[in-house]
Amino acid sequence: MKCLAIAKKDIMMYYLKGPVVIFGILLPLFLFLAFWVGRDLPLNFLMAGLLSMTVFFASTSVSPVIAPWEGQMRTLERLLVCPVSTSTIIFGDVIASLSFGICMSLIPLLLALCFGFTPNPVIIPAILLAAFCFSCLGLLFSAYPTNLPSTVMMISSLVRFPLIFISGIFIPVQELPAWGKAVSMISPLTYFTDIARDSFGMNSFLPIYLDFIILAGFSIGFLVSAIKLHEHALLRRL
Amino acid sequence: MIAIEAEGLKKKFGDVEALKCVSFKVKRGEIFGFLGPNGAGKTTTVRILTGIIKPDSGKARVNGYDVVEETLKAKESIGVLPEVSNAYPDLTAWQNIMLIASLYGMRKRDAEARASELLKEFGIYERKDAKVRGFSKGMKQRLMLCMALISDPEILFLDEPTSGLDVQSARMIREKILEIANEGRTVFLTSHNMDEVNMLCDRIAVINKGKIVTIDTPERLKSRVGGNVAIEVSFGGKVELNMENAEKVGDKYVIYTADPYKTICEVVDFARKSGAEIVSINTRTPTLEDAFLKLLEVEG
Ligand SMILES: Nc1ncnc2c1ncn2[C@@H]1O[C@H](COP(=O)(O)OP(=O)(O)OP(=O)(O)O)[C@@H](O)[C@H]1O
Ligand SMILES: [Mg+2]
Repeated sequence: MKCLAIAKKDIMMYYLKGPVVIFGILLPLFLFLAFWVGRDLPLNFLMAGLLSMTVFFASTSVSPVIAPWEGQMRTLERLLVCPVSTSTIIFGDVIASLSFGICMSLIPLLLALCFGFTPNPVIIPAILLAAFCFSCLGLLFSAYPTNLPSTVMMISSLVRFPLIFISGIFIPVQELPAWGKAVSMISPLTYFTDIARDSFGMNSFLPIYLDFIILAGFSIGFLVSAIKLHEHALLRRL
Repeated sequence: MIAIEAEGLKKKFGDVEALKCVSFKVKRGEIFGFLGPNGAGKTTTVRILTGIIKPDSGKARVNGYDVVEETLKAKESIGVLPEVSNAYPDLTAWQNIMLIASLYGMRKRDAEARASELLKEFGIYERKDAKVRGFSKGMKQRLMLCMALISDPEILFLDEPTSGLDVQSARMIREKILEIANEGRTVFLTSHNMDEVNMLCDRIAVINKGKIVTIDTPERLKSRVGGNVAIEVSFGGKVELNMENAEKVGDKYVIYTADPYKTICEVVDFARKSGAEIVSINTRTPTLEDAFLKLLEVEG
């Protein structure tokens, strides 16, 4: 499978780097501590939130910068002259990104086990689907045709941080006012957080199956648009 | 048999007409040179033929496959060395080659055998497990050639393969190009380097400002400069040579003539009469460079 070869390359080139891995762990942890300090919150609430932030940040951390990096390093043309389609390249990038997201999710999961929680196994397919969905979102950020990783990082931060705050991680969706609920519905992270809450024994806002369906819908939308947009953007990076 | 066929290729980038109407045919087993000044449209042509960009109009076939309609098939049958491109710096030479091999859908065992063979042939086998980051420019280029050859392609596109390399590395790559052609492969080679295309190519297309100026063999191109022979004379001391067609170039005079015997006699007569000492006198036939410059001049 050609997309696996691309994914392998991505992992060796971009993911297996000390700073990337450390950042993937530390960023959600810091955000989380900042939020937790001084508030009296149940531990399972925190665990569910940490898990969804970790999966989200890890899956969107590196995937946006792959394309601009390859343009800048001038490895892109070598890749494009091979008999592969844009969708294969994007698919490979998605596989690398979701593998990283899944690996990183093991850390909060293990932490939860240490604290004596046994999350509902439904969390496993949910992590897979969410990592896929967020990876596609990450690739959507890099569809902007620039070879400057910093520009893409800025775009990605401008989207990622607001999403964190509207996704019911820090305040459950149930407790939001009507407009807050409406806003939270546009974030794919809301649905994964909802499943995570459920699997840690809290009430979910939506029925779980609906969360899955909506996440899948987001995934397909992101993937298709990423492929379409990259088909144009890749050439402008040469 | 035709290996590469371009018909009326046009390509615009914004207001820049990179290709105006490019047509040519490359025969199987030929080394076809694509010669032109900076910005002539060489890389654009290569990118269209290798399926990277689409022409605005016109058709191109590579190995019988339409590069727009059957891009993947066309790509599978070719190897490419893009003009400016790099291997992945944080991967080893071996990992880089294996990546390309899997993107061509090669079986692992075939890929490994071919990769070892190529790396040995190009003298970088000992460094196969080193990261490409530490490679010299020459080694990188050799690796890029190995990557272009891994799938055993029938047609090879090389976009300025020796530019920026030292004499030794460039020579090695030229020798390899000849070997590659001797194996029956077709080579499409772009270059600025006259000696290079003169030495390697069976035929040369000269391209300027997006248009093909001419296509011919190197020898015939040279003879087009006219039957003229250039005579170079240098004198001891300061001498004013006032002969028709004599041009002062540096410390010597160059005279283009259709009748070298007569001209040499005139020069010698001049020297005797004026008492000037002839330090050296040479005749040379026009070079490809002369031909190239003249062709571009005619074009305006
Ligand atoms: N992606 C692009 N966007 C805009 N203009 C381009 C692009 N690619 C090429 N051009 C323009 O098209 C013309 C032909 O460029 P091309 O790269 O094909 O020339 P070349 O013959 O390869 O030159 P060189 O010898 O410098 O490599 C140039 O004027 C160039 O500026
Ligand atoms: Mg060029």
